[in-house]
Amino acid sequence: MFDKVLIANRGEIACRVIRTCKRLGVRTVAVYSEADADAMHVAMADEAYHIGGAAAADSYLRGNAIIEVAEQSGALAIHPGYGFLSENAGFARTCADVGLIFVGPPAKAIEAMGSKSAAKAIMEAAKVPLVPGYHGEDQDDAILAEAAERIGYPVLLKASAGGGGKGMRVVERASAFADALASARRESKAAFGDSHMLVEKYLTRPRHVEVQVFADTHGGCVHLFERDCSIQRRHQKVIEEAPAPGMTPELRRKMGEAAVNAAKAIGYVGAGTVEFLLDEDGSFYFMEMNTRLQVEHPVTEMITGQDLVEWQLRVAEGGHLPLSQDELGVDGHSMEARIYAEDPDRNFLPATGTLRRLRFPVEEPHVRVETGVREGDEVSIYYDPMIAKLVVWGEDRNAAVRLLRQALGEVKIAGLSTNVDFLASVAGHPAFMEGDVTTRFIEQHQAELLPEKGKASARVLALAALHVLVKRGDEARQAAAASADPHSPWAQTDGWRLNDDNHHELYFIDDGEEVCVTVHYRGDGYLLEVPQGEGRAAAELRAAGETDHNGDLLADVDGVRIKAVVSQHADELTIILHGSSHRLAVFDPAMRAAGQEAGTGRLTAPMPGKVVAVMVKEGQKVEQGVQLLVLEAMKMEHTITAPADGTVAAIHFAAGDQVDDGAELLSFEVVEE
Amino acid sequence: MSVIKSSVNTRSDDFKVNAGSMEALVADLREKVAQIKLGGGARYRDRHIERGKLLPRDRIRQLLDVGSPFLELSQFAGWELYEDDGTVAAGGVITGIGRIAGQECMIVANDPTVKGGSYYPITVKKHLRAQEIAWANNLPCVYLVESGGANLPRQEDVFPDRDHFGRIFFNQANMSADGIPQISVVHGSCTAGGAYVPAMSDEAIIVRNQGTIFLGGPPLVKAATGEEVTAEDLGGADVHCRTSGVTDHYAMDDAHALALTRRVVSNLNRVKAPNVAMRDPRDPLYDAREIYGLVPNDPKKPFDVREVIARIVDGSEFDEFKQLYGTTLVCGFAHLYGYPVGIVANNGILFAESAVKGAHFVELCSQRGIPLLFLQNITGFMVGSKYESGGIAKAGAKMVTAVACAKVPRLTLIVGGSHGAGNYSMCGRGYSPRFMWMWPNARISVMGGEQAASVMSTITRDAKDAKGEKWSAEEEAAFRQPILDRYEREGHPYYASARLWDDGIIDPADTRMVLGLGLSASLNAPIEKTTFGVFRM
Repeated sequence: MFDKVLIANRGEIACRVIRTCKRLGVRTVAVYSEADADAMHVAMADEAYHIGGAAAADSYLRGNAIIEVAEQSGALAIHPGYGFLSENAGFARTCADVGLIFVGPPAKAIEAMGSKSAAKAIMEAAKVPLVPGYHGEDQDDAILAEAAERIGYPVLLKASAGGGGKGMRVVERASAFADALASARRESKAAFGDSHMLVEKYLTRPRHVEVQVFADTHGGCVHLFERDCSIQRRHQKVIEEAPAPGMTPELRRKMGEAAVNAAKAIGYVGAGTVEFLLDEDGSFYFMEMNTRLQVEHPVTEMITGQDLVEWQLRVAEGGHLPLSQDELGVDGHSMEARIYAEDPDRNFLPATGTLRRLRFPVEEPHVRVETGVREGDEVSIYYDPMIAKLVVWGEDRNAAVRLLRQALGEVKIAGLSTNVDFLASVAGHPAFMEGDVTTRFIEQHQAELLPEKGKASARVLALAALHVLVKRGDEARQAAAASADPHSPWAQTDGWRLNDDNHHELYFIDDGEEVCVTVHYRGDGYLLEVPQGEGRAAAELRAAGETDHNGDLLADVDGVRIKAVVSQHADELTIILHGSSHRLAVFDPAMRAAGQEAGTGRLTAPMPGKVVAVMVKEGQKVEQGVQLLVLEAMKMEHTITAPADGTVAAIHFAAGDQVDDGAELLSFEVVEE
Repeated sequence: MSVIKSSVNTRSDDFKVNAGSMEALVADLREKVAQIKLGGGARYRDRHIERGKLLPRDRIRQLLDVGSPFLELSQFAGWELYEDDGTVAAGGVITGIGRIAGQECMIVANDPTVKGGSYYPITVKKHLRAQEIAWANNLPCVYLVESGGANLPRQEDVFPDRDHFGRIFFNQANMSADGIPQISVVHGSCTAGGAYVPAMSDEAIIVRNQGTIFLGGPPLVKAATGEEVTAEDLGGADVHCRTSGVTDHYAMDDAHALALTRRVVSNLNRVKAPNVAMRDPRDPLYDAREIYGLVPNDPKKPFDVREVIARIVDGSEFDEFKQLYGTTLVCGFAHLYGYPVGIVANNGILFAESAVKGAHFVELCSQRGIPLLFLQNITGFMVGSKYESGGIAKAGAKMVTAVACAKVPRLTLIVGGSHGAGNYSMCGRGYSPRFMWMWPNARISVMGGEQAASVMSTITRDAKDAKGEKWSAEEEAAFRQPILDRYEREGHPYYASARLWDDGIIDPADTRMVLGLGLSASLNAPIEKTTFGVFRM
C-alpha cells in the first residue's frame, strides 16, 4: 500500500477518502483553496497545502499545482475524488508522465467515455444496448431535427460533453425543437466550451439505474450490482438506493454483464459506473459511463460490505480485485439522501450562508453521515452546495426507508435554506415507499412534495415564543452571573408581579404577516395564547421549556415533550421540529415607529442659506431617502432627503431663493402604515 | 449556619383553619388589586386605547426588561379615601421599581384614566414617596407623564405645603444633583406645574400628536392674550424637539417612546456593586404557603416568628444572637437571595432585656454594614410598676435610638399587630425604613382595639363609679363596640395602605420575593456609616 496519498479534492469526498486512508495507515495530503483554509478536510489530513484562490479554476482545477504538491510532499498517488480533475484525461496523463499514480482509470479510458457520442459508438460495437438516437458528427440544425423526427418525439437533446443536466433539453414536439436546440447549445457552450449535441429517444417512465463496475490491471472486472438513482431534480440525483426496487436476478445479471462488457470495451481500470435508462418493460439502454467514484457509492458499500476507496487504492497500486464476482453478494438495502444548501421552494436555487446549527443523527453501523463541513462553516458560492450525504442500511427496503426518514428527522440545520424537509417528504411519499420511482418522480409529485409553505402552526409559534423566553432567561442569568450582583431577584424572568398575574406580548412575522403570541406567566411556566389556522383564532397552550447542553430547546407544550432546535440569528428564527422547519422573524413593534423616526412632515432649513436645486415636484410620491432639495450654506451643500415614504405636499422655495434658519422648505406627507 | 427546624403540623385542624382564613384574605387582596388595576374604568380605558395610546400598566410592561419583576408600591393608595370621589384607583399614579436595561429604576406613571391623571393629595403623597424611595436607594427615576396637573378643587391639600406638588421638582433637582438620573416620557399633557416634570428632567422623550408641555394651555392663553392656538402647536413634540429644546427625543408613538427610554437608560453608565458579602442563594427548606396556616387567624394568639423566618430566608438558616436572653425579641443573621440580613423579630411583648438586646443587635448590624429586617408583631412594651421602676422606658429608648440612627438599609414588614411604642422600636413608618410592607392580616394602631376599648371603658367606669352611677354589662358592651369597630376599620391594612402608611400589602407567600427585591434595590445606594445618638444608660 502507498505510504502517502494526495487527495485532489475538498468537502465530503476528500474527508471520505482520508478516512479510508487513515484506516489503512496511509498518510494523507490535502490541498486547499483560499476559501477552504479552515475546512474540515484540511483539518483531517496529515498535511495540507494551499494551492490558490477560492474559485475552482484557481485551485482545485490547477493540475500542475497539485502535481507539484504531490512531488513536494512525497505523495505517490493522487486520489481525485469526484468532480474537479477526476475525469480529466490530461491530468491523468500528466500524473502518469511524472510517475505519480492517478487513482482512476487510464487516460485513454477517460477520453473514450468523455465524449458521449464516441462512447456510444464504442458501446454499440460492444453490443451494449443504446437508446435510439443520433450521435453523428454533423451538427447541422436540419440534420438534428430530422434525426429527432426519425427517433420520434419526445426526444432528449444532450450536450455531448455534458453532465449534471447542463445543456440538456426535453423536446415534446417538432415545433419546439429549434428553440430548445439553440438554448441547449448556448448552455453547453457556456458550461463546457463545446456545443456538440446528441439527440435521443426520450423515455416517458424511465428509471435511472446504474451499475458499479471495478476492473484491475490484471484483466479482472466485476460489477458490484446496481443503484437506482431515479429520484432527481433538474437532472441531479437527490436520493439513491441499492439495490434497485423490483430488480430481478435475471435483469441484474443482464445489466451487470452489459456494464462489465462496457468497461472491458475501453480497457477500464478502477471504479466506474455505467449508467442505464431502465424502461418499464425491462429493456435498458446505455447512457454514459462515469470514470470515477460516484457521489452515491456508499449505498453500494453498505449492501456489499466493501470499502470502494480501499478497492481503488488496491487496484491503483497494481493489486488484484479483492473479491471475484462470485464472492460478491447483495445484503439488505441501502439509501442515500443528499442534503443540499438550496431552496426547494425557489426551484432548488442553491443557497449560501453560515451553518449556524449543524446537527446530524448519531453515526452507527446502519447510519452513515458523509460530510465535509462543521457547525459554523460557510457554504460559499464557489463550490457544490452539498452539505452532507445521509446513508442508511436496512434489512429490506422498508426498513431502510424507515431509517432514512428517522435519520432525516434528526438532521438540524439552521442558518441557510436546505432541502432536508423536502427529502423527508420524498422519503415519506407513498409512491416512494412503494418503490414506484422514475426520473420524473419529483416533477409528478411536486404538489405533495413541495406544498405551499403554510402559516406556522400553533405549536411552532409556541416553540418560537418559548425560545424567546428561554433565551431571555438565559441571557439574564448570564448577565447577572457576570455582574457584581449575581444573585439578584431582579434578574428573574418569570414576570413576577405583586398580587397580580402578568403577561407579555411577543410579536413574530410569519409568512409576511404580523402575529402576536400573548405570554401569561404562570408559576410553573407559561400559558400561551397562540394564533392558529387561516383566521388565526387563538389557541391556549400551557408551555414550559429550557435549553439543554446542546442548545436544543426542551419544551413541554400542553403536556407533550418536544425537543426542537430553534436557531436565531439577528431577528431570524428557524424552528426545526422532527422532519420540518419553519422560519419566522422576531418583531419589535417599537421598531416600526422607529423606522419612521424623523418622518414628521416638516422639513426645515438647518441653517440660513440659498436653495440651489429642487429635485421634486409638488404632489410627487417619493421613497424614503430620495433627495428633495439642495441648500447651499457656509459654502457647503446640504441635501434634504425624504424622511420616510410619502408625498411632497408643497414646495415653499425655488432654486436661487435665500432661506432663513428654520424656514420650512417643503411640506411632506408621510405615508402612515 | 444553624437551620431552623419547623415544628408546624400542616395536618392539624388549627393549621387548616388558619390557612383558610389567610387564603380568604389573600383572595380578597388580589380581587381588590384586580379592581384597582382597571384604573378609571372601562369607559376611560377604552377612550384612551382608541386614541392609540397604551394604558399606563402596558407602558410599564413595555418599558421594563421582558419578564423582569415589577415591585409595585402602594397599590391601595386612595382606596375608599375620599368621601365624595370614593376610590382614586392606585392614587391615580402607578409607582414601583423595575429593571430597565438591567438597571433598577423607580417608575412613576400617571394614570390618565383616573380623574384625568390629576393630582389628588394622595397622588402627590404617592409621587413623593416614590421619589423618597428612589433617593434613599439611589434609583434612577423614569416619569411616564400624562396628567392634568393639580386637582383644583383640592388645591389647599395639593399646592401650598412643604410636601405638596412643588416638592416633586425640588426632589428632581436635588436627586439630579446627587447623580440620580431623572428621565421623563411625555405621553400626554403636562400643563402648568406638570410642565416642570419633563423640564426638570435630565433627558425627556415626547410622543408626537400626543404629548404636550406648556405652562398655560390653549384656554388659558386665549383668556390671557386672545391668541388661538392648538395644543399641538403650542407645546407638541415638534415644538419642543425642534424649536424650544424642552424635550430631547421625538417618539412616533408610545411604544417608540418607551424603546427610546430604554435606550436612554442603557446609556446611564451606572454600576450596581453591593458592598456586602454575598453567598450562593438557596430556597428556604419550607414552603412559603405554609405561612398561611401557621399564622393564627385570631390576632391575640401568639406564634413563633422563627417559623416565618424559616420560610423566608436562604436555606432556612438563621444564626441567632442572644438566643437565651430577652427571648421575646428574636435577633439573628440570615441571608436573603445571597444578601446578608440581620433580622429583628417580635416573639411577644417587649421587656427591658429584649429592648436592650435589640439595640445591641442593631448596633452590630450598623457596625458591620448588614441590612436590617424588622418583622413586627408587637402590642407594645410591658407595663407595670416593676417594669417602670426597672427603667423599661430607657431600655425602650435605647432600642428606638439605635433603630432611628441606623444607616444600613432597614426594611419593615408587619406580620401581625403594630401597636404603641413597639411600632417605634421596630422601625415603623416614622423611622423611614427603606420599605414598609404589611400582610393582609396585620393591624396598625396606637394600641389594639380590645386594649383601647378596655382602657376607655375602664376610664368611663371609674368616672361613673365616682358619680355613683351604674353601668350595666350591656351598656358597657354598647360603649365598647364602636371603639372596636373604629380600631378594626382604621387599623386595617387597606385603610393604612390607602393613606400610604406603608408601601403596600403583600401576600405572605410572596414575602421572600418582596423583601429580596426591596433589599436588592436598597443596595443600589452605598451603605453609609452610622453615628448613634446618646444612649440613656
